[in-house]
Amino acid sequence: MEHVVIIGNGISGVTAARHIRKLSNKRITIFSVETDYFFSRTALMYVYMGHMKFEHTQPYENWFWAKNRIELKKGFVESIDYSSKKLSLSGGDQFTYDKLILAVGSKPNKFGWPGQNLKGVQGLYSKQDLDLMEENTSRHKVDRAVIVGGGLIGVEMAEMLHSRNISVSFFVREDRFWGNVLPLKEAAIVEEHLIKKGVDLRFNTELKEIISDENGRVKAVIASTGEELACQFVGLTTGVSPNIDFLKDSDLETEEGIVVNQFLETNQTDVYSIGDCAQFSKPLAGRKKIEQVWYTGRIMGETVAQTICGNKLAYKPGHWFNSAKFFDIEYQTYGCLNSMLQEDETNFYWEHKNGKMCMHFVFDKASRKFLGLNTLGIRIRHEVMDRHLDADATIDKVMEQLKDANFDPEFYRLYEDEIVAKFNQEQGTKITVKKRSWKRILGLG
Amino acid sequence: MKNLRNIGLVIFLGGFSIFITSLFVGTYKISEDKLKALYDATEEIDKGDTIAGSLTKTAIELHILDKEFSNQFSFSSHLSDLFNKSNAVIAESFAEKDGITANEVEKIYDLAIVDGKVIYSKDVVERVFFDNNKKQKLLIANTSWMFKESKSYEKVADFKKDFEKKLKGINGKLGEKYFVWDNKYSRFDLVKASSNGPITDNKGLFLFLTFGLCIIGTLMYILPGAILMGGPGIKNNGVYHDPATNRGWIGILAFLFLIFFYILLYFYPWLIVPWTSIVDPFKGLFIEGASASQWFLYGTLYTVSMCVMGIRMFIKYRHNRYQIVRTASVLSFQIIFAFLLVEILPLFDLPAMDLKNAWPLDYDMFFDWNVKGHFDSGTVGIFMFVWGVVLSVIVIPVMVYFYGKRWYCSWVCGCGGLAETLGDPYRQLSDKRLITWKIERWMIYGVFLFAIIMTIFSGYHSYNEVNYPEMSGKDVLFGMSAYNIREWYGFLIGSIFAGVIGTGFYPILGNRAWCRFGCPLAAYMGIVQRFKSRFRITTNGGQCISCGNCSTYCEQGIDVRAYAQKGQNIIRASCVGCGVCSAVCPRGVLNLENAPNTDGSRMEAPEVILGNEGLKEFLNK
Ligand SMILES: Cc1cc2nc3c(=O)[nH]c(=O)nc-3n(C[C@H](O)[C@H](O)[C@H](O)COP(=O)(O)OP(=O)(O)OC[C@H]3O[C@@H](n4cnc5c(N)ncnc54)[C@H](O)[C@@H]3O)c2cc1C
Ligand code: SF4
Ligand code: SF4
Repeated sequence: MEHVVIIGNGISGVTAARHIRKLSNKRITIFSVETDYFFSRTALMYVYMGHMKFEHTQPYENWFWAKNRIELKKGFVESIDYSSKKLSLSGGDQFTYDKLILAVGSKPNKFGWPGQNLKGVQGLYSKQDLDLMEENTSRHKVDRAVIVGGGLIGVEMAEMLHSRNISVSFFVREDRFWGNVLPLKEAAIVEEHLIKKGVDLRFNTELKEIISDENGRVKAVIASTGEELACQFVGLTTGVSPNIDFLKDSDLETEEGIVVNQFLETNQTDVYSIGDCAQFSKPLAGRKKIEQVWYTGRIMGETVAQTICGNKLAYKPGHWFNSAKFFDIEYQTYGCLNSMLQEDETNFYWEHKNGKMCMHFVFDKASRKFLGLNTLGIRIRHEVMDRHLDADATIDKVMEQLKDANFDPEFYRLYEDEIVAKFNQEQGTKITVKKRSWKRILGLG
Repeated sequence: MKNLRNIGLVIFLGGFSIFITSLFVGTYKISEDKLKALYDATEEIDKGDTIAGSLTKTAIELHILDKEFSNQFSFSSHLSDLFNKSNAVIAESFAEKDGITANEVEKIYDLAIVDGKVIYSKDVVERVFFDNNKKQKLLIANTSWMFKESKSYEKVADFKKDFEKKLKGINGKLGEKYFVWDNKYSRFDLVKASSNGPITDNKGLFLFLTFGLCIIGTLMYILPGAILMGGPGIKNNGVYHDPATNRGWIGILAFLFLIFFYILLYFYPWLIVPWTSIVDPFKGLFIEGASASQWFLYGTLYTVSMCVMGIRMFIKYRHNRYQIVRTASVLSFQIIFAFLLVEILPLFDLPAMDLKNAWPLDYDMFFDWNVKGHFDSGTVGIFMFVWGVVLSVIVIPVMVYFYGKRWYCSWVCGCGGLAETLGDPYRQLSDKRLITWKIERWMIYGVFLFAIIMTIFSGYHSYNEVNYPEMSGKDVLFGMSAYNIREWYGFLIGSIFAGVIGTGFYPILGNRAWCRFGCPLAAYMGIVQRFKSRFRITTNGGQCISCGNCSTYCEQGIDVRAYAQKGQNIIRASCVGCGVCSAVCPRGVLNLENAPNTDGSRMEAPEVILGNEGLKEFLNK
């Protein structure tokens, strides 16, 4: 029986295992050094904040693995011999594989700041990081924390600390929050919200140095502005990068990540890589060479499972989508909406007067083809947007059927009429919004 | 703000301690006047006098008349004796006239047993009752078989056994209508009538010191939350760090208190007489000077808890209009239908019916006394009965078809209402394991079956009672007594499951243990919801990040995530549509909707989760 070995029990590795099991009878083994069972990394913050216990982050019950004949092994894979198809664990144990999937995920970036290894300084990626954060902030008194790096994990960490009444200073290198993704206006909404929550946002600010107290624990940081800030905790959330140190200097081709082709194959036969750690040699149009989100990890897992089970399949994700939450404000995005308008693009932006909700559409100037949508505070129906994008729908059609797209709970106030009225006014169009139609939404003929 | 909260907590704890302590305040003393007042209220004047007289006499014999007891525990320990002896006295006085008295039995034994030999005969009877033809005849008619040729007694004991059995038949029913049966109701009434002391003298003050302080304290604790918890939005911070909500010591204490309370309420109501005295003034608003029963106390506590904790819901979910509207709905139904109308209807000589309560949750709908009660109250009473049936048979399934069972469970129902308000802090404690789902199905459909069988039996029984009153008591079907089945159902399901376990276990099993494992109406509606309904929880394409918030906060223990992460809609028989999974989802994945495809297709898992274009194309090929 063919033996498929997967390193990494994150979403990509586990999805691959589940789908291989669905498609075949192959022997499957998953190695991980982090936890015994798969858990949802995205939920780590909720454990810290007391919304859930760690066990709640585990999407499958513990019996699931044996029942589906997926062997779980805990241990650190130290090296891989691709010619003899052998892996060695740090304890010395050796295993052979027929097919190998590298789904080793990421690790937090550290940019060589002085003091970055002091006690009380950490990133947030793994279960161990979560435990460390608990220890750093509850066993030691923390009044003030500094978070470096204005992205998603940074804002999550800010929310976590906020829930424990720790005041947060947030260093952001750019002139706005999540500047490489969010357009100015959305960023402004989020910023205002963060400030209202009491987060001390500092733009155009980088970390210069972290200063130690007599016990080797952080007591202050010095910012690029020269200011020194007393703090007892530093969160480093300046992005993540593939967790591939143990694979460097081997025959496997790596750059930033493990280099793969569109079939998720590495340069070694029978070795694949998926998830956060994979780097596409030729990225797909409009997408990044390394995709570090939950959904893409899952899609890569589904795809590689097909290939391994004999249906060679290229990685071909559909239209981009993503979502996040900034304290109380939910964010969703569909299609392609860059932080800056591209040359032939134009946009339409609506914001609620409460300053916490907005909808931002981008479309092609000439053809009026709808390209992408950002929303804050309004939930959008994925299927409807995906269908519009698939059909190259015009912005006018999207507007006309805007009520179909709303996914807010019942009794929520709806703003489609207001939004389209504004659109008509700005664009000189005469669109009337159609009533919500289940027929269209469900594609019922 | 924080201080206000702490003061609120102190006030609440103060009020609660007074409430608990009040149970041990006051003295108990029965007097002739009180007994008269208590039993004169019955319809027949001479009946009241007879009962009161006999009880007074017995109380004197037992040396408890006008004796002051310092608590209801020692006082009530005499009640069993009091009732039974008084009944015996009454029985004896009736036997004098129409039956055989103990004295007469002695005489018969004297003549019928000679030197350890039984020589019972017609002659014996005639000699004892030489001056009483009526009794002579009575005894002969009943015991002639005992002195026939064919019958002879070897042992005296056997004879006495047979004889006494027959005696019971003769004397048993005499005077029965004047008996005060020793049960929880008589005990409650007597203890209540006998209570004295600071509470009975200052009911209004105690109402304020207990209910008043608890309400004020809780509100002072809850209201600042609007600001302290930070702006509108899901705030479950610290739920699993808090010993009140993570099955910690506060949760255990709350659990013990609730269990203790329910057991007293259902089985030992006479011990909580002081609490009912506290709410007398409130009861007085409906009927002047009326005395509150334990059920009035319960209804008040229930409604007050729902209202106060409903305010908490309004604050906690103020960003979510679905939660606001449904909480307002469930509160209105409780206040108007379950509380006010139940108090008001009897003022118009109508049955105290909770008009929103549907069979089989309303399990006594077809009990003889209920049916009779309705039919005896004229057209409106009959209309109310018919409404109950229409509600259960037509309204319920039709509404479930259109909106899912949530229209009832989360918008109307009293049990659901308490669960969604008082119980909301405990919702995360429901067990999500697959095995629990299996147990759940066995239990809830088991109870449903039990309810159906019980209803058939009691319906048959009521039908007979109403149509053939002369056959009264003919309540046996398939060799089982309808009465017994009813009693068992009421005890096991109505009291133990719905009350003691259903609410008592909030801090352990989560707030919907009854709705999930026990409620037969939920089972009934669940079947409709599962197979033919427009309701579903839509999963939003591929947006789920498997975080687990939805599953954690599903009070029904549904592993919502298991569906959402597959891109599958959630349609579970048990879903009560509380909408909290949708509210807590940080990625906007879930939405409760009613839409046209009503069959299986609404719940199929997609072959490919939205987002994997390559796989979709491949599978379509
Ligand atoms: C706090 C946080 C919040 C996030 N929130 C979101 C979000 O909201 N939405 C979103 O789309 N994405 C989010 N992400 C990103 C998302 O979680 C990742 O993209 C995803 O988990 C990557 O999955 P993976 O399977 O590629 O790798 P991982 O989940 O990182 O799994 C890799 C596993 O491999 C193990 N491993 C590595 N090397 C070895 C070795 N040598 N031997 C044995 N085991 C090894 C690691 O210990 C790890 O357990 C978040 C990430 C973080 C950290
Ligand atoms: S809460 Fe939302 S994102 Fe989290 S598991 Fe449930 S559906 Fe998925
Ligand atoms: S599935 Fe959602 S709506 Fe249904 S009971 Fe659970 S939390 Fe409530």
